[in-house]
Amino acid sequence: MKFIEFFSIAIRSLLANKLRSALTMLGMIIGVGAVIVLMSVGAGLQNMITSTFEELGTNLLMVQPANPEAPGIMGMMYGAFTANLNMDDTEAIGRIRSVTGVVPTNENFVKLIAGNEETTAVIHGSNPDYQKVYGFTMASGQFIAEVNLARRDMVVVVGSKVAEDLFGSDDPVGQRVKIKGKRFTVIGVMEPRGISMFGFSWDELVVTPITAYQARLFSQKTPSGEDAVQQIAVQLSSAEVIDEVTEEIETLLRKRHRIDADEDDDFAVLSLEQMLGTFETITLALTLFLGMIGAISLLVGSIGIMNIMLVSVTERTREIGLRKAIGAKRRDILLQFLLEAAMLSLVGGAIGLTFAWVAAWGVSQIDLGGFSINATVSPLIVIVAVSVSVFIGLASGMYPAMRAARLNPIDALRYG
Amino acid sequence: MIELENITKIYRMGKVDVPALRGITLSINQGEMVALIGVSGSGKSTLMHIIGCLDKSTSGRYIFDGADVSRLNDNKLAEMRNKKFGFVFQEYNLLSRASALANVELPLVYSSSRNSHKRAMEALERVGLAERAKHKPTELSGGEQQRVAIARALVNNPAIILADEPTGNLDSASTAEIISIFRQLNRDGITVVIVTHEADIAAQTQRTIRLYDGKVVSDEKVA
Repeated sequence: MKFIEFFSIAIRSLLANKLRSALTMLGMIIGVGAVIVLMSVGAGLQNMITSTFEELGTNLLMVQPANPEAPGIMGMMYGAFTANLNMDDTEAIGRIRSVTGVVPTNENFVKLIAGNEETTAVIHGSNPDYQKVYGFTMASGQFIAEVNLARRDMVVVVGSKVAEDLFGSDDPVGQRVKIKGKRFTVIGVMEPRGISMFGFSWDELVVTPITAYQARLFSQKTPSGEDAVQQIAVQLSSAEVIDEVTEEIETLLRKRHRIDADEDDDFAVLSLEQMLGTFETITLALTLFLGMIGAISLLVGSIGIMNIMLVSVTERTREIGLRKAIGAKRRDILLQFLLEAAMLSLVGGAIGLTFAWVAAWGVSQIDLGGFSINATVSPLIVIVAVSVSVFIGLASGMYPAMRAARLNPIDALRYG
Repeated sequence: MIELENITKIYRMGKVDVPALRGITLSINQGEMVALIGVSGSGKSTLMHIIGCLDKSTSGRYIFDGADVSRLNDNKLAEMRNKKFGFVFQEYNLLSRASALANVELPLVYSSSRNSHKRAMEALERVGLAERAKHKPTELSGGEQQRVAIARALVNNPAIILADEPTGNLDSASTAEIISIFRQLNRDGITVVIVTHEADIAAQTQRTIRLYDGKVVSDEKVA
């Protein structure tokens, strides 16, 4: 009963000076809103990565060259410049049990010219498994086939944006395009797909048979004189066989590359999980960083509450003296002012939460080249936001409330 | 009802001790109407604060209704103030944002009482202000505001009303009104103690205690 009374006293105090209450709450609104939006976006980003990863495959391995003399990540970085994988390695890996697809990929960047139009794109030299493993549907025409590979056909499959840039609304299939001065024929167009998890847009990509790529566009040889392969993606029948197949690949390649028992691998076999692990760490760090910035603004908001509460206590010194004179105990006064502070922060937090919810929805609607970040405010976030708001209110209000509670009634009555 | 034995009050101002009361011994019985009179600085307000449990004496004993209240803790003193005493101040000290009714109810908030509306209305009726219950203090005259304050002091059925210069801010008509209310309350059985510096107010009580320099210099019954 007393509690309810105090509640209405607190509400009436806050309503008595609406402008002041609103301005004080602004700090909390911005703080809570910022933290929630930023963390929701961060969570959305993380989810996006996890789901792309799930979509593409827990059952995907990447084999790439590494420099055994450079430690860890640097080994893979510098390894990219060595060329020690070739098509025979690729085929050998393809024959391993539980391997359902093997995709050798060489990558570069080219300008494509068709008539008066030109555009730039990432170019991948690869094989038919590329379509299966990376999950493409064709908007028209067809993907590259085994026979294209065998004949080193100068054919190319283009992404939707490339098709649009070069051919407008015309069907590109059958048309000619010049790459590095050589004439290629378009045999297919891929459905629009947006940004890949690897950083480039699927729509601004073209794919050609790796044999044609090596023979006509970018030639790179291994130390023993064969055409080099930059990366081999390996699709497995299920995620369970990852360790088993990884071991088999390592054994196989060590034998093929004639690596002694005491020497390190000159290649690395990575699961998608490992690769995305780095992305995830970065995104997590980013989310936390953004959250901290938001937390700082929350701190500023709580200082604002403490400041205003102190002013309020001073202004109401006589009132406090009067309340004590007619029987209010210290804890009654303490409770009254704590409630006021808690309500300021709770209402501010609730408004901030609402704004954040709207903002997160807005961010989710933005089309980032074919996909969007699904920033949702989860129930957990709501609970945390509300609890933090109340906590901040109580913490910032504690000092002013204690000062009020400790006032000597006689002196307080004489104030002002 | 009230027995003070050698009450002293010394204020510490920096390094100097300022004695406000230098040993007061007196008793006040239930049903008396007493004036505490004296010039500014005589200690009359300090004495009233101690009688009303708003302050503790530095030394001496204060027996109220047979119990020693001199060394009660703050919470107990607050309870005493809530239930046993009713204060009326010179500046009324009403909450300007609340209605007269809400102001009168205030002591009941701190005693967790039921029927606070009803009891507050009864108190307002007693001072003749029932029709103004919804008005805010800014809409009331000085005399009316002081009457609201008296109603507030009455709402918890106190044994004693303590009024500190209750008519200081009022014109002569309102002054007369207020004093006659106090006299009526006294006739109803409530002990009334009025602090004043005006002799004609004191003349309307039954007993005048004069203080000077922290000591009682005279204690006379009024004819």
